[in-house]
Amino acid sequence: MHRFANPTRFLRLANAVLPWLGGLTVILFGVGLYQALVISPADYQQGETVRIMYVHVPAAWAALSGYTALAIASFTFLVWRHPLADLAARAASPIGAGFTAIALVTGALWGQPMWGTWWVWDARLTSVLILFFLYLGHMALVNAFDDSDRGSRAGAVLALVGVVNLPIIKFSVDWWNTLHQPASVLRMDGPKIAGEMMTPLMIMAGAYFALFGVLMILRIRSLLAARRLRQLRLAVQET
Amino acid sequence: MERSFESGPFAGDDLAVVRGGRAVFAGLSFSVSAGTALRLAGPNGSGKSSLIRVMAGLLRPTGGELRWGRAPVREDPEGHARRLAFLGHSDSLKSTLSAGENTAFQLRLRGIEGSTRTAALARAFESLNITSLIDLPAGWLSSGQRRRTALAGVLASDAPLWLLDEPTVGLDTASVTALEGAIAAHLAVGGMVVAATHTALDLGARVTDLDPATCARKTASLSDLGDGWGVA
Amino acid sequence: MGRFWAIMSRDLTLARRQGADLAMTVSFFVVVVVLFPLGLGPTPGQLAEIAPAVLWVTALLAAMLSFDRLFQQDAEDGGLDQLALSGLPLAVVALAKALAHWLTTGLPMIVLAPLLAITLNLNTEAYGALILGFVLGTPIVSLFGTVGAALVVGARRAGVLVALIVLPLTIPVLIFGTLAIDAAANGLPIRVHLLMLSAMLAAAIPLAPLAAGAALRQALE
Repeated sequence: MHRFANPTRFLRLANAVLPWLGGLTVILFGVGLYQALVISPADYQQGETVRIMYVHVPAAWAALSGYTALAIASFTFLVWRHPLADLAARAASPIGAGFTAIALVTGALWGQPMWGTWWVWDARLTSVLILFFLYLGHMALVNAFDDSDRGSRAGAVLALVGVVNLPIIKFSVDWWNTLHQPASVLRMDGPKIAGEMMTPLMIMAGAYFALFGVLMILRIRSLLAARRLRQLRLAVQET
Repeated sequence: MERSFESGPFAGDDLAVVRGGRAVFAGLSFSVSAGTALRLAGPNGSGKSSLIRVMAGLLRPTGGELRWGRAPVREDPEGHARRLAFLGHSDSLKSTLSAGENTAFQLRLRGIEGSTRTAALARAFESLNITSLIDLPAGWLSSGQRRRTALAGVLASDAPLWLLDEPTVGLDTASVTALEGAIAAHLAVGGMVVAATHTALDLGARVTDLDPATCARKTASLSDLGDGWGVA
Repeated sequence: MGRFWAIMSRDLTLARRQGADLAMTVSFFVVVVVLFPLGLGPTPGQLAEIAPAVLWVTALLAAMLSFDRLFQQDAEDGGLDQLALSGLPLAVVALAKALAHWLTTGLPMIVLAPLLAITLNLNTEAYGALILGFVLGTPIVSLFGTVGAALVVGARRAGVLVALIVLPLTIPVLIFGTLAIDAAANGLPIRVHLLMLSAMLAAAIPLAPLAAGAALRQALE
């Protein structure tokens, strides 16, 4: 058992970081959204709809990073059996799935004016959709056992299998897309990102990642509380 | 059984198992040497099955160490598996295979092949008085017959260490006597037997009793709370 | 090696004796494929166009139905403990199970797929790609399914769960399997698609049993 990072110490650290990180999230979203929606220029081709990019692209980045975080936490849990890693993995998949859902919805909203339809089997959008399925499978597996430790361990193995397969899935979807898609369709990654678009995009990405951190801390804290509650009830029953 | 075993002792030091955030037992030590038996007693839920699964290497103990002679078991789990025969709660019989086929599969898993296998199997069925069942599908057998078929797999194995979890469940008096005879013969050639049972089962003169429930359970669950993660 | 064959041949014997289970999976494959012409109308050109997708998607779904029992029965009757105590690494046990699964479900589907393709009026040129794609693709599905089956041992609703976690992983097989048939039907080279499937199979043969072995180890504890 690993006592070097005990929960009390983790909670002390997390509680100290949380207000700062929360404040940073609010500031970054404020500045980022002002820049993105007001300051930055409209695209000469897409017009005002290009502004959806500032909420869509960072969500897709956060979705992908969430799976990486999930895989790292799972690996740490399987190898060193560290309880914090287990809680982090359990916390990461619903949060990652949430960002994936934001990316999918904003992608559809962006697609409507661009392509005239809510859904196009664009390679990127399709890959994000499959990523959403991987998150769903992980969440379902983790919660499918009466013994929650068993769910954690199974989920950790699945996350590693998923992260090995993710590049293969991405590659095959790209391949499938180039063979099926007519070349004339406007690609989502098509317009080159101009300099004045880059600054708000990066600020928005920072805001999303800060939000990710805040949600992770909140969720790990509540999972930890649930575990302690269970133990206290067992201890009360035994004495 | 014309063989004899030179090995052991099989021992555990300061073993602990935590399941579902709850200590099943802790600070448990035991030792079994050639020709001796260990009886695990205690009420349901006292950790007998968990301890037997730890001994078999199926369950990783939360703390403590198992040794065979001087060597830690965790350094050679495959080797440990080969020197033990395990009878679990369930009989691990496939109902569409015959009793003989079921036992033969267990022996094949141990790498026992050819005429050695046929002879060992026939001897084991004979000593448990189930020779007549050998060609019947396991699905047709009564629970006592199924238990004896599962036991035949242990008897026919070449393992020095027998780990038996409630071996007498469903057995009548005559079958219990037959099992006691087989255990005595196994101990006589230097074998070891660990049996979890809450019924009367004669394990010979050199037997130790152990109740996992008495092993520091309350202190363990409270000290475990101090860990605070709530996971094993 | 003897123990590997022992596990595989026992699973084959069990499959033969419980023949109804096996027949159900294969019948599901046939029945679902036949539903498509009934739903779509018997226009030959249209059927030929959707034939690759219908055959592959249905094969994947049929395979998913067969995975939940792969380890569940052994876990329930204590057989999994005996397999774990055979002294074989659990990855090798999983490989033996996967091989038995492929022989009992993958192989019959390889035989049936071209027959069903006839009913869908698949282009004559495409049969080679169909069969080769199935030969390379169905073992990958069996291997991935073995991982999924090992993960869901002891889970609630294991049957649905295994499909939910394995189907996304089999998307590359579906893509290259159908692309190969499409290419052949249009007179294009199929080599690159089959090479992709071969590469995936070559990677899955060592990696999937390792993952399944790790999952089984977790299931035992």
